[in-house]
Amino acid sequence: MRSDDPALKKMTPPKLTLLEQSYLPQILGGLVVTGRHIVKAALGDGAVTMEYPEVQHQPSPNYRGVHRLNKDEQGRVKCVACMLCATACPVHCIDIVGATAPESWTDREKYCQSFVIDELRCIYCGMCEEACPVDAIELTSMYDLSGLSREEMIFDKTKLLSVFDLTKEGEPMKSGIVPPASSNRSRELVTTPTTGPVIERQQLV
Amino acid sequence: MLEIIGLIIKISIVVGVTQGAVAYLILVERKIAAFSQDRIGPNRVGPLGLLQPIVDGVKMFLKEDVTPNYVNKPIFILAPFLSIVTAMIGFAVVPFGPVGPNGPGLFDGPIQFQIAPGIDIGLLYIFAVGSLAVYGVILAGYSSNNKYSFLGGLRSSAQIISYEIPMGLSVLGIVLLASSLDLNTIIQWQDKNAWGIFVQPLGFFIFLICAFAETNRLPFDLPESEQELVGGFHTEYSSMKFGMFFLGEYLHVITVSFLVVILYLGGWDPPFVSLGDSGWLMAILKVGTLITKVLAMIVFVMWIRWTLPRFRYDRLMELAWKRMIPLAIGNTVVTALILQLIRR
Repeated sequence: MRSDDPALKKMTPPKLTLLEQSYLPQILGGLVVTGRHIVKAALGDGAVTMEYPEVQHQPSPNYRGVHRLNKDEQGRVKCVACMLCATACPVHCIDIVGATAPESWTDREKYCQSFVIDELRCIYCGMCEEACPVDAIELTSMYDLSGLSREEMIFDKTKLLSVFDLTKEGEPMKSGIVPPASSNRSRELVTTPTTGPVIERQQLV
Repeated sequence: MLEIIGLIIKISIVVGVTQGAVAYLILVERKIAAFSQDRIGPNRVGPLGLLQPIVDGVKMFLKEDVTPNYVNKPIFILAPFLSIVTAMIGFAVVPFGPVGPNGPGLFDGPIQFQIAPGIDIGLLYIFAVGSLAVYGVILAGYSSNNKYSFLGGLRSSAQIISYEIPMGLSVLGIVLLASSLDLNTIIQWQDKNAWGIFVQPLGFFIFLICAFAETNRLPFDLPESEQELVGGFHTEYSSMKFGMFFLGEYLHVITVSFLVVILYLGGWDPPFVSLGDSGWLMAILKVGTLITKVLAMIVFVMWIRWTLPRFRYDRLMELAWKRMIPLAIGNTVVTALILQLIRR
């Protein structure tokens, strides 16, 4: 475009009056704005600070935090070891070992013998949750995840099931099936340091 | 002998109070910073965070004092001391209460709320030692052997030299009116007539702007400029050496606030009422008025900090040389002219 093109729109900066050139009205305006914030926050209702350990942040319902493995009505893990979540996972943080389901489990052929998620590798994208055909894996609103070692942050099946027990009251399963009220056994799940198969054996008895 | 003891007591009170005040000013600064950003600010140490300054001070002392081996050591160590000392010695002539023959009596003779009462060149002295403060910054920048620190030091020298001129010119108006350089006489003149801000509004604005520049505070904190100069002159300083620069800066804020209040806001003269001359009650009321005004001024300085962004360097120079120096000269000339016409 040439400089004498008629389509060219010429802009001139607005002429400032003498008062505006001194910038004093603008400075006063700025002082009023900051002053309003200072007074409001000092009087106690303007500050947006959340005093964390005392006041807990409530994330929005679709927040993607720590994973949990859902249980069905009989307290069994819902996972059918189809590997769709592990395949969908962009960072390959899910490791599943499937096994043939016991004879009494009529609704499925396989179940997961071990289900391990590396919570440090996970990017919390929620693809596993979307991929799951039986709504077995879900992301909860737990965000205060911490540990002292990398090993501690690799969550096995027991831990993931215990996350379900911790969060099932606050966040019901998205599929809408209500799990049984927590029994002695489910409380045992939280504390039992053993891995998956033991739990299934308990349920078989 | 009694006089010397009284003097020592006065000096220790002033030094102690100002050092303590600086500690709490840092808390006030942090609180105001928080409020203006809709935060709460420090509130974990003690009720309302009131013990925070003590913890901050302990932290400063316990930190590792790193002296890089490429610095010019004697000057590197001297700089923070200079910064504090030059900020402190200005207090010698600052009256923090009424001074005069009818002050409240104690032992023999009236008590004077000033370390060196009756100094005729009070204002000149303050300007003289006030300009020395730049040495702390320049020497710190020079001895650090670091280009960012050096740039900070250079900026500071140019800035302070430029702003000394309009600052000195702007107070000439009030000096002409009170026909004295003694800070007490200036307060007494304002008490009898009108506050400096009403008779010298232009002088007040110029002095206020220059005062901000002299204290190296926003919007004139170019020697520090965290963003461009990674802290500027104090980049290489750590532990209490850094703390001393901090202390010096806040002492400077206190001195400058005292000056603004004394020269333009009536000193110990409260608005609307007139206080008597003698007695303890009047003296205490006057000291209280002065301290309240100074505190308000300090809060204003911090308020400004969170309102205005930093100046660009060329704009800073333009403001001093092209705008404020002509205005200050004009102010002086007009004041002198009017005075001459009235006195005829």
